[in-house]
Amino acid sequence: MRIDEYKCVACGNCIPVCPVGAIYIDPAIGRARVNQAECVECHACYRGMSKEHLFPPMVRGIRRVAKGLRFRFDPEPDICPTDALTPQALTWPRIVRRAFSDPQVPHESTGIHGRGTAEVKTNDVTGRVKEGEAGFVIEFGRPGLGAWFREIQEMTQALAALGVEFEKKNPVTSLMTDQVRGLIREDILGEKVLSAIVELKTGLEQVPTVLRTIRGVSRRLETVVAVGVSTRCDEQGQDRLRALLEAEGYPAYRGKTNLGLGHATVDVRAAGRRWAGPRPSEASL
Amino acid sequence: MTNTLHRFSEHYAFEPKPNPAPVEDDFIVFAMATRGVNDDGLVDKYRTFARLALAHNPVNVGDATKGGIYRPQPALNPLAHWKRDDRPDPERLIEDIEGHTVVAAVFSRWEDMEAFVEDVVQADLGLSVNISAPIDAAARCCKASGLTRHSLEYSLGFQGRVERLPDRAVLEISTMCGHGMVSHTFVKKMVDWVKEGRRTPAQAARYMARFCVCGVFNTVRAEKLFEQARTRGA
Repeated sequence: MRIDEYKCVACGNCIPVCPVGAIYIDPAIGRARVNQAECVECHACYRGMSKEHLFPPMVRGIRRVAKGLRFRFDPEPDICPTDALTPQALTWPRIVRRAFSDPQVPHESTGIHGRGTAEVKTNDVTGRVKEGEAGFVIEFGRPGLGAWFREIQEMTQALAALGVEFEKKNPVTSLMTDQVRGLIREDILGEKVLSAIVELKTGLEQVPTVLRTIRGVSRRLETVVAVGVSTRCDEQGQDRLRALLEAEGYPAYRGKTNLGLGHATVDVRAAGRRWAGPRPSEASL
Repeated sequence: MTNTLHRFSEHYAFEPKPNPAPVEDDFIVFAMATRGVNDDGLVDKYRTFARLALAHNPVNVGDATKGGIYRPQPALNPLAHWKRDDRPDPERLIEDIEGHTVVAAVFSRWEDMEAFVEDVVQADLGLSVNISAPIDAAARCCKASGLTRHSLEYSLGFQGRVERLPDRAVLEISTMCGHGMVSHTFVKKMVDWVKEGRRTPAQAARYMARFCVCGVFNTVRAEKLFEQARTRGA
């Protein structure tokens, strides 16, 4: 994100709305600036603030008079009066920041939509996590701190050493150069994102080992880690996971409950056959 | 996208106290389709889901690709600083649903959530439906609706450099936008404004909700938390 110097009137409204605190007033120019090293390109400021599109010299004049008179105007705190926030064109590797930080864009860098996958949210139709298995979603940087890929790699290396299998459709997995060793491509290790999720699946018996490894690595990182663990319930709707988590000292208070209401409404095999060949647009390439 | 999973409460405090009070005003129900499996007539199904939700007093309803019923406005005039129309716009939300997304409804009362789930069961949309809430509250809802839980995903809270996180009140409010679009600093600023009497808790909650792009921010709970921060300190 950049701030248009001509449009900015230094009202300061955008400073607190930045999730990672990357915006500040530069006294040298009397305008707001974005610290590009810290900005994660989440677009929260650009998208979340309402706009007025006022004439910048007029607003600056009014602000000068008000300041001279010690007059305190109490504006709405979520408005950019002159529409000064300006998204910038992003190239590799910086584009990775937006892919992992802005929830409203698909992962152009990875070809995968969203920060992670559907996890167990669609388990009733995908059967991704089966009874006796545990799915892990390990999120870095949230809330509000952000994370560098080099920190995420520290965790993926430790987990890879346990022999876990990373979720293939996950964006972080798609950026790995060596899944067996948990290595992420080098050119993005210096990129900061608002949040990134590592996903993997193990047997329920491995839950304690994985959790202890996550806890051990988390202590060495500069950011926060949020962990979710999922499982398939049995025919009575009961699960064995909760007892395992509580035995490890974790609260199992809140979570997501898949109600099992999803069902295939199209003939999936027939649909697969229909789309087996190239689409007309692809065939013409 | 674990946007509703890690909502901070006393149960996840870094120095936990015994028997924290249950969270009884934050229940999210969301619907999600899988490409090529149950996405035929998707837009109509999502709109039906949203309309059913609106009949049960939701405090927010959201479309993950377009936002919730509280949205930023692209072209305000300066009178907005004195007289802003900040009413929710559910019809716009329904109209704007146009394809693959996640539609979510947030309730502040268990009874409303349960009645909505019963309607969703009756509607038989074929979408995957999840409750994001305290696990026991969701289990109670399943029992009342005659459902058997299919799968569960537990939040284990936060670990690592938790000392870098803000205080409890700020964290409880900001984590209601799971994508982190509600900044800690903005919440702190609004807590101060509420304490100074410059804004009401309800106004502060609506500012926050406009930043939550999935519409899962619970304005009623946020209002209570702002009020608590004003009277009990934060």
